[in-house]
Amino acid sequence: MEIRVLGIGCARCNELEKRVKDALAELGIAANVEHVTDLKEIAALGVLMTPGLVIDGKVASQGKVPSKDELKKLLGGGK
Amino acid sequence: MPDLLKQLADLLVYRWFGLRAGAHLADALDFFIYDVIKILLLLTAIIFVVSVIRSFFPPEKTRQILGRKRSWVGNILAALLGIVTPFCSCSAVPLFIGFLEAGIPLGVTLSFLISSPTVNEVALIMLLGLFGWKVAVLYIASGVGIAIVAGIILGQLKLERFVEEYVYQIKVGAADYVRPTFRQRATDAWAYTGEILKKVGPWVLVGVGAGALIHGYVPVNWLAKVAGRGNPFAVPIAVLIGVPLYSNAAGTIPIVQALTAKGVPIGTALALMMAVTALSLPEAIILRRVMKPRLLAIYFGVVALAIVFVGYLFNAVIR
Repeated sequence: MEIRVLGIGCARCNELEKRVKDALAELGIAANVEHVTDLKEIAALGVLMTPGLVIDGKVASQGKVPSKDELKKLLGGGK
Repeated sequence: MPDLLKQLADLLVYRWFGLRAGAHLADALDFFIYDVIKILLLLTAIIFVVSVIRSFFPPEKTRQILGRKRSWVGNILAALLGIVTPFCSCSAVPLFIGFLEAGIPLGVTLSFLISSPTVNEVALIMLLGLFGWKVAVLYIASGVGIAIVAGIILGQLKLERFVEEYVYQIKVGAADYVRPTFRQRATDAWAYTGEILKKVGPWVLVGVGAGALIHGYVPVNWLAKVAGRGNPFAVPIAVLIGVPLYSNAAGTIPIVQALTAKGVPIGTALALMMAVTALSLPEAIILRRVMKPRLLAIYFGVVALAIVFVGYLFNAVIR
């Protein structure tokens, strides 16, 4: 699974990255988590609000930090 | 409702803690407990409601609405939508790119970017709780006014060439927008309310604590002479001091309260607060990624002038 966290270095974006990693660990999924800060890439994905979460090329959430349970659902459903 | 809270605070302080009414400490504590409970309740209720309302205005929709509008009407709409469209300061840059890419004029985009941090719901609730509805209404009206006027002026100046070139070359993709269920909206709003309360909670305690101390102890001092009505330059000086400072809205309210309690007019104190929340060094650094220095300087200059104007207006209207 390819996971990308979109953000330009704000506190909420770092919080999202941390929660994603926690959720992955609890699910026992090995995935590559990348933190994207390049504006062109963020815009190209159509994300206007950071933090954004992209799972396997699809925007899963934007503008919010989902709870760990929500993240587990998002991450588990992409298998 | 306020009576009930007052009774609760009285019960706690005078009955349970056994403090004597009329004593400085007891009255300050009574005031503190009453205000903290009142503001925390207001914050929880209003942020929750505002978050639910906001979930109906995703930036994607705002972008579509504004894309069809030209200047003037566009500026007014943008300033109003800036209040209800949710975004944190770190989203300012992707939004800026997304709006310009959709063909929204620069001035209209800036109206939107100005109104969102200027009209801050946490500040609004604290003003409502501590100063009453008159100041709260004037705060919203002036924030929207600043966003409209500054956006129109900036739009007239034809500053497009001072936007970093790459911004206009970006192609913004389309993210799938899944319409959330009402349950999802409520869950998100509740989570967001918790996030905000955790962030501003300590500031509410500090703010109200400062207010309570002033209420109980502090006499009017030299500040009233230095920054009072007698000094016509107090407002622009307050703005100049406020621009480089950065704090969240809840953190600046104690300053506003302390200043007004010491005899500084409300317009001067609010101008300081708006300068702190709407314009800041960190924001300048973020916006520098899409704006050339010239545009950034003009942007800050025009917004600062608008805040000065509003400060004088407040001082003239509220006595």
